[in-house]
Amino acid sequence: MWIKSGLIPLLATYLAALVLMVMPMPAFLEAWRPDWLSLVILYWVIALPHRVGMGSVLVLGLVADILMGTVFGIYATALLIMAYPAIRHFHRIRNYSFTQQALIIGVLILIKRVIVYELEHVLNGAVFHLPYLYPVISSAIAWPWVFLILRKYRRHYLVRE
Amino acid sequence: MKSLFERGPSLLTRLVLALLCAAMLMFLDHRLNTMQPVRSFLSTLVTPVQYLAVLPEQALDRIVYLSTTRSMLREQNEALRQELQELHMAVQRLNFLENENDRLRQLLGSDVRQASRRMAAEIVAVATDPFSHQVVINKGSANGVYKGQPVLDNRGILGQVMSVGHTTARVLLISDQSHSLSLRAERNDIRVLARGTGDLQRLELMFIPHSTELEVGDKLMSSGLGGVYPEGYPVAEIIEVNRDERYQYARVTARPYAQLDRIRTVLLLWPPSAVEQPVYDDVEVDENVD
Repeated sequence: MWIKSGLIPLLATYLAALVLMVMPMPAFLEAWRPDWLSLVILYWVIALPHRVGMGSVLVLGLVADILMGTVFGIYATALLIMAYPAIRHFHRIRNYSFTQQALIIGVLILIKRVIVYELEHVLNGAVFHLPYLYPVISSAIAWPWVFLILRKYRRHYLVRE
Repeated sequence: MKSLFERGPSLLTRLVLALLCAAMLMFLDHRLNTMQPVRSFLSTLVTPVQYLAVLPEQALDRIVYLSTTRSMLREQNEALRQELQELHMAVQRLNFLENENDRLRQLLGSDVRQASRRMAAEIVAVATDPFSHQVVINKGSANGVYKGQPVLDNRGILGQVMSVGHTTARVLLISDQSHSLSLRAERNDIRVLARGTGDLQRLELMFIPHSTELEVGDKLMSSGLGGVYPEGYPVAEIIEVNRDERYQYARVTARPYAQLDRIRTVLLLWPPSAVEQPVYDDVEVDENVD
């Protein structure tokens, strides 16, 4: 009864995002790899804010931590802080145009990456490189397509609240 | 339409709870180092994701392989045969030198160097985080991989194993910001410490005096100090020596020989001193002599 419709398709998108996150890519594209996991999480929290909430984001963040080999909780913290404004203002974001949405997504992903960097800096003494922020741009560019594809997917598989 | 706050605690409360959870895990993992067993268990659990990630690449390789024509294969075969012949000739000489070296070492009363065993492994995933340069390989504790094991590619040292799952292991590359290793210049035996910079193409040599004899183009080999990497494997070449007196030390950068950005196959090394033994999968018994 508490398993709502479309659980498997929902989990499949998470899995796809995680796979894309660790997929080996040619070196010149590597720096521009969009932040797939953040994009997918942002889409779902905007589309189904009552279903995909802080709990899902926390779990996904911990899985990302394992996949990336970072200290437990770094990605989780960053993704949680990134997802909060999106859940809080999902009504508003839904009504924006694609350009505005892309800008907001860019800013949210920038926040996420800055938090990851700061935590890495404090815990492991990481040094900042500008290419670390390239994915902010590529993710913002990828957002409209991610949005359209996932919306179609959501309607097709009837993933509901 | 349900209201956001109809059931359960408010969104902010949930955020704070989740953040507390994450912070606690971070504390447990980083400060107390208590998460290692959990981590290796969970890495085994997420292995399917990593295998899925290389699937497209493998499929592509397969297609390329299937579409190679007969003449291309023949050409390739010819080229490989020639290369093999050249390598054979080089190895003849090497065997002779190795024997001679052993004899001389015996005469000098120092230990004879023993062979180390190797195993080939493939990359199944990369961690794209620029703050942690890591790759995941498809061999794990089931194959005798152990923490701190040196990993090479065909050009030089790549990194060391930092955590081991059942069928996968995570390799920390030498370019990672938290990694440094002891090297020796091949030309004049100067010992240096090379630290990763977070850039795949650059290592930084630390604490080099301005009067150093190191020059651009010098080959740096592993020194064997530090106990992780065996002695005498190529690691990097110096590409820049900046003797700017404003800095306390000369700034020397080197480029790793190993192609850290396009590795596909790596070599795991079991030094003679290792307690663990390699467990070979199937027919792949390439117990080579080093």
